[in-house]
Amino acid sequence: MERSSKKGEPIKAYKQRIDTALDNEFLRGAMDRFALAYRESRKNAFAGMDVDKLIAQVAEIKKNATAQNKQLLEQFQEKAASNGIHVHVAATAQDANRIIAEIAKATDSKKIIKSKSMTAEETHLNPFLEKEGLEVTETDLGEWIVQLRHEGPSHMVMPAIHLSRFQVADLFSSVTGKLQDAGIEKLVKVARKELREKFLEADMGITGANFVIAGTGTIGIVTNEGNARLATTLPKVHVVLAGIDKLLPSLKDALTIAKVLPRNATGQRLTSYVTWITGPSQCTVVPSGKREMHIVLLDNGRSKIAADPDFAQILQCVRCGACANVCPVYRMVGGHQMGHIYIGAIGLITTYFFHGAENARNLVQNCTNCGACKTVCAAGIDLPRLIKEVHTLIQDKEGHPIKSLMLAKVLKSRKLFHGLLRAASLAQKPVTGNTQYLRHLPMIFFKEHNFKRLPAIAEVPFRDRWEAIQKDLKTAPSKPGTKSGTKPIRVAIFSGCVQDFVYPEQVEAGIKAMQSSGRDIVFEFPMGQSCCGLPAMMMGEKEAARDVAVQNITAFKNVKADYIVTLCASCASHLKHACPSLAEDILGEEAIKFADKVMPFSQFLHDIAGFPKGSTEQTNGPDASQPKDPKKITWHSPCHLCRGLGIKDAPKELIRHTGNTFVQAAEEETCCGFGGSFSANFPAVSREILTRKLDDAESTGAELLVTECPGCILQLRGGALSQNRKFKVIHLAELLAGEDK
Amino acid sequence: MDIITQFKENTALVSSVVHRVKTIEQALETAVSICKTTEISHCLTASENEASAPQGGEENQKTLAAHDLDAPSFKLLEDLCLQNEITLVTDNLRNHGNGIHVGVTFADFGIAETGTLVINSDSEEKRLTTMISDVHVAVLPVSNIRETALDMADELESLISKPSSYTAFITGPSRTADIERVLAIGVHGPLELHIVLLENHPPTPEPDRS
Repeated sequence: MERSSKKGEPIKAYKQRIDTALDNEFLRGAMDRFALAYRESRKNAFAGMDVDKLIAQVAEIKKNATAQNKQLLEQFQEKAASNGIHVHVAATAQDANRIIAEIAKATDSKKIIKSKSMTAEETHLNPFLEKEGLEVTETDLGEWIVQLRHEGPSHMVMPAIHLSRFQVADLFSSVTGKLQDAGIEKLVKVARKELREKFLEADMGITGANFVIAGTGTIGIVTNEGNARLATTLPKVHVVLAGIDKLLPSLKDALTIAKVLPRNATGQRLTSYVTWITGPSQCTVVPSGKREMHIVLLDNGRSKIAADPDFAQILQCVRCGACANVCPVYRMVGGHQMGHIYIGAIGLITTYFFHGAENARNLVQNCTNCGACKTVCAAGIDLPRLIKEVHTLIQDKEGHPIKSLMLAKVLKSRKLFHGLLRAASLAQKPVTGNTQYLRHLPMIFFKEHNFKRLPAIAEVPFRDRWEAIQKDLKTAPSKPGTKSGTKPIRVAIFSGCVQDFVYPEQVEAGIKAMQSSGRDIVFEFPMGQSCCGLPAMMMGEKEAARDVAVQNITAFKNVKADYIVTLCASCASHLKHACPSLAEDILGEEAIKFADKVMPFSQFLHDIAGFPKGSTEQTNGPDASQPKDPKKITWHSPCHLCRGLGIKDAPKELIRHTGNTFVQAAEEETCCGFGGSFSANFPAVSREILTRKLDDAESTGAELLVTECPGCILQLRGGALSQNRKFKVIHLAELLAGEDK
Repeated sequence: MDIITQFKENTALVSSVVHRVKTIEQALETAVSICKTTEISHCLTASENEASAPQGGEENQKTLAAHDLDAPSFKLLEDLCLQNEITLVTDNLRNHGNGIHVGVTFADFGIAETGTLVINSDSEEKRLTTMISDVHVAVLPVSNIRETALDMADELESLISKPSSYTAFITGPSRTADIERVLAIGVHGPLELHIVLLENHPPTPEPDRS
């Protein structure tokens, strides 16, 4: 409907590409090995360093540089010109390409060698120059491979990571006209030899730049292969193409970034070469004795982004590619499916700005919002949030799809929303056959959604059970262990829609567990609460998310509560971090006060109610005695708990405290693939991420997989059932309440 | 750990080889003996369209390039090469684009934290020596080793702020992991990097040896 007038790949075609990628066994294996090896080598490269502090320094440097971009550009222009560099500022990609073609013409350059430049990919420089009759050869090994295959890079740092040595051997055989062995060392030597000839006969060398230093008029290039050095030494003309976001005040700034960039990109402490060029250097084959040097500084929308209070931070990117390295979706589908030109989380965002909504529309939806990218970003960019902001921008511009419009409409009225859920509970009877699972999916679901069993909507939602629960709580005897005179803790429960309407028993178990914590707790359940709003954000419905944020904060406004406890990690993280900024304009201080009180279940028990401590004095806690038959239990750390809220150890300590045997699963902090609407939009990717997760859990030999988010449970439990896994999936609250049978 | 040990350990991590000598003479002897014993064969000499292949019929003839030596050191190197039947190349390296066995240069600084050499490469000959040689032998006075790049930002800034300057940080031999993420050494630059640590040398590097 909204697509008819716009170009861009139809979502169906995009999904077909994804399916093909998922079926590519080599790609899957390569990506998997890479994901695991990267984490290890990054950790080693940063050993003994305060990574967060370094990242904060880089963020600060880049933030300031973005703010003073205009002045830096002027300063650089002046300084570089006095160093003998011809400086050009290109407003658009077209301008940049045209300027470079003109330099080639003016210098009578026919043969061009290039070292790696993402900016040249951004402007589609090669096809432009080739149309002008120029011969362009990429000299970075990976770039040369993808150039010969007429592809784009599939990673910002490792352009050919999607290819096997055999594919490269076939390619090199056809290029050299000789059968080439598939040994990697040998293939590298083929490139060395073939490209050395290109270097020797080239008229012009084009490079990118990692740093453009205004103070000294210097460019810095970070490479491993040594191709940029030859490209800036052998030809008589050197052209640099760099975005204006690469401008920095001083060498010191560049050196600080260089401390993080290679460590974050490839796990190297430093790349083989970092080259600093301050103007045209000696060239023995030109009459002047110095090569001609040009720099083309590309704007292409950057100064507009720099002026945007929210999106300016994307110019902090140092192009390390780490956001792709840790992305669970990238790992499944590879870079060609996870970016347009720029790859990974940053690519999902910059595609919109540099290559238009039509190329970003599908991409921005292909994100589970797991936040892994944000934790490794070398420049501290809030990538997951900005991906969703772009999603919203695109929908505001192109029109909102019916599905998300309906969600937004429904969320505006809590009564309507909850009324629909109640109606759904009745309507599903024919498909659940009165079991807890939707067995026969209604027609609206496609076949591909069958990878997990979907739970049924509960017959009686938590909100309808509350009155009775409250009565029981009031009549419960006060605790023997509680010191007289200690004030009870006042806890207001935020259930979130999944636990309210699908898993009310989890909230009940949570109350039971908190009750047995040894502290007196007074519980409240404000009836005016609704969906936390994260699903609306995930679908690009920011206004609806704002509406429910206001509804929720208002619902808790007059409730006396020390803590707002939720058993849903996603709700907790969204309420704590997103709600204040969404609702602050409308509710002011109230929004901050609300967010400050929000706490996830495990943190509350562990840090406040003191559940694991002093259990020996307790007589009625669920942990009071060693279980007769200890179980092996493993843990899945919800994204929004470990990364969203920084809670990593509390839940595991709670599990250990039950006396059962805790066994750690590999990659316990990797996303389960749910991501709310993500799993509905990209079921095939979601299924593959899930399967990997279930494999990890199963390898521990655990009988129980415990987690702390109903979204994860929906995904993991449904997947474990349909794949006949050997373990059960339960909420931490259920374990602690002794309801793990 | 002292700074030299730290430098040594970190160079080893990036596949560089460290030698320690007391005099320039010993440094040059080390370079010549590396040249004599190196078994690296020019992967480029097998070139069929040998337009610029310098070796011609003397495929087994070893070549050694050096550019930034003072007169006495140069004389010494010349004698050493003569004794060992090595061709000494001092300029027009551009014409040896298909490769040189060993290139000898002086390094200005070492950075212990990353095992890095800092080399002022303003002169084209010196630059090419560090690029087209199969084996790069860099002589580094130990007194010029610094702890981190940031610690020596001022010294670096004075190197790079000179117009037309070309300053190289070199950390190990040329490398790639572009095929299947498998590390391979020697793509467009040297296949080996040897660092000859030189004691008893005046602490400040000469400003420009070109």
